[in-house]
Amino acid sequence: MEKNNILTIEDLYVSYGGIQAVKGINLTVPEGEIVTLIGANGAGKSTILRTIAGLVKSEKGKITYRNEEITGKATNEIVDLGITLVPEGRRVFPDLTVLENLKIGGYRRKDDLSKDIEWIYELFPILKERSWQLAGTLSGGEQQMLAVGRALMSRPKLIMMDEPSLGLAPLIVHGIMDIIKTINKQGVTILLVEQNANLALKIAHTGYVCETGTITLHGSGKELLENESVKAAYLGKARK
Amino acid sequence: MTLSTFFQHALTGISLGGAYALIAIGYTMVYGILRLINFAHGDIFIFSMASLPWQIAIPLVCILTVALGVLVEKSAYKPLRSAPRMSIMISAIGVSYLLQNLATYLFTALPRAYPEIPFLKKIFQIGPVSASLVTFITPILTLLLVIALLFLINHTKFGMAIRAVSKDFETAQLMGIRLNNTISLTFVIGSFLAAIGSILYFTDRMSVTPFSGTLPGLKCFVAAVLGGIGSIPGAVVGGFVIGICETYLVAMGYSTFSDAFTFILLIIILLFRPTGLFGEKNIDKV
Repeated sequence: MEKNNILTIEDLYVSYGGIQAVKGINLTVPEGEIVTLIGANGAGKSTILRTIAGLVKSEKGKITYRNEEITGKATNEIVDLGITLVPEGRRVFPDLTVLENLKIGGYRRKDDLSKDIEWIYELFPILKERSWQLAGTLSGGEQQMLAVGRALMSRPKLIMMDEPSLGLAPLIVHGIMDIIKTINKQGVTILLVEQNANLALKIAHTGYVCETGTITLHGSGKELLENESVKAAYLGKARK
Repeated sequence: MTLSTFFQHALTGISLGGAYALIAIGYTMVYGILRLINFAHGDIFIFSMASLPWQIAIPLVCILTVALGVLVEKSAYKPLRSAPRMSIMISAIGVSYLLQNLATYLFTALPRAYPEIPFLKKIFQIGPVSASLVTFITPILTLLLVIALLFLINHTKFGMAIRAVSKDFETAQLMGIRLNNTISLTFVIGSFLAAIGSILYFTDRMSVTPFSGTLPGLKCFVAAVLGGIGSIPGAVVGGFVIGICETYLVAMGYSTFSDAFTFILLIIILLFRPTGLFGEKNIDKV
């Protein structure tokens, strides 16, 4: 079944700090899906997300969002178009309150934020309890929820998440994966970068495997979970 | 020292401190957002040198000071944003000398009369204390401006953006905040307050030269460090402390040492409490 692609990347090259981190990747994100990008540390996954978000400039290649080329656009323009990035390491604003962190997520919006704040508090009831606390005092899992909630405040069509499971306890990680599924069911497309390949592939419709700046494999989440080389390299299971 | 002279000096000190506080806020805000000691901050009000009637001079000094503050940011700091911090600091020192010499070229190094603002110079008498109107106005104006500034920083969207950018450039951008606009806004605010501070400071003095801004500029930097650089209330408290201490030292006959005192204070703070009175504990970016 052919679906509309919300994001298409064609032949993207990015150099970062003197190193070519992304070497000609092609990737498509169908609207309404969860797409995951797995791979080892330093494979270029984060750089791809940062390039889409406009934090890093590409050398060559084309990024298209809903039939509009967004290559080289400023980050604030990309946010306006409906793409947002939950950065690696959560990066909540530690000396802003939980509520302020949510409000700043909707910085570009001029309409009333109160309904969205209520919605975030429904998704993450713990944040409502912590509303007036400084974000720096939250636990790692709560900060991750806040980072996701903050990203949702801009009413994105596409959320990119960079290693949301990093440094969290296994139980919390499962909670985060459930939240990703919930958000997706509400109509938000998700591009998920993960080192925890097993979990990511389980929830993803489509997966891409990234190795030293190139895409080496792609397929449905299920196909990749069963792929022998993926099993050996990322799922910690020996070849038969 | 009789009680009335004590009050007289207290008033003078508070007034001087108010002017220092306004200038010190600029140092602390720029440090907060860029981690840069803006050494050119004491030199951006050079256009107050232009001898004009005060009705024109006051708005003109404000506008030109703000314009110069922003121009310095755009031309000397912005291109170095990803350079090591030392480079941008050297650039700041360079700009400071450039502005002093530019002013010397434009206005010569001869002292000039500061624009006379007659109504500010009017002498008032309250009980045993008498002083010009500017002495009474300065602390009040300072407090009003500080309250307005704190409201802007803590309760408006712009303020939220400034606080976010101060903490984390990249994540602030991901929220859709325009980095360059926010940084420029910080320079606008800092420069505007410095312009007001400089008018209040120089009105009580007879003349200005292109180098007149250097020493008060450095003292305000010390005030910002004393209060804890990065903290706005800290800069205000630091400004008042230095203004009051300096005035009493002069009153007690140690005027020769009043400048030295400020810098001894700087050394003592850096030795014993480098984060100042209200400073952040961790000044490095997370």
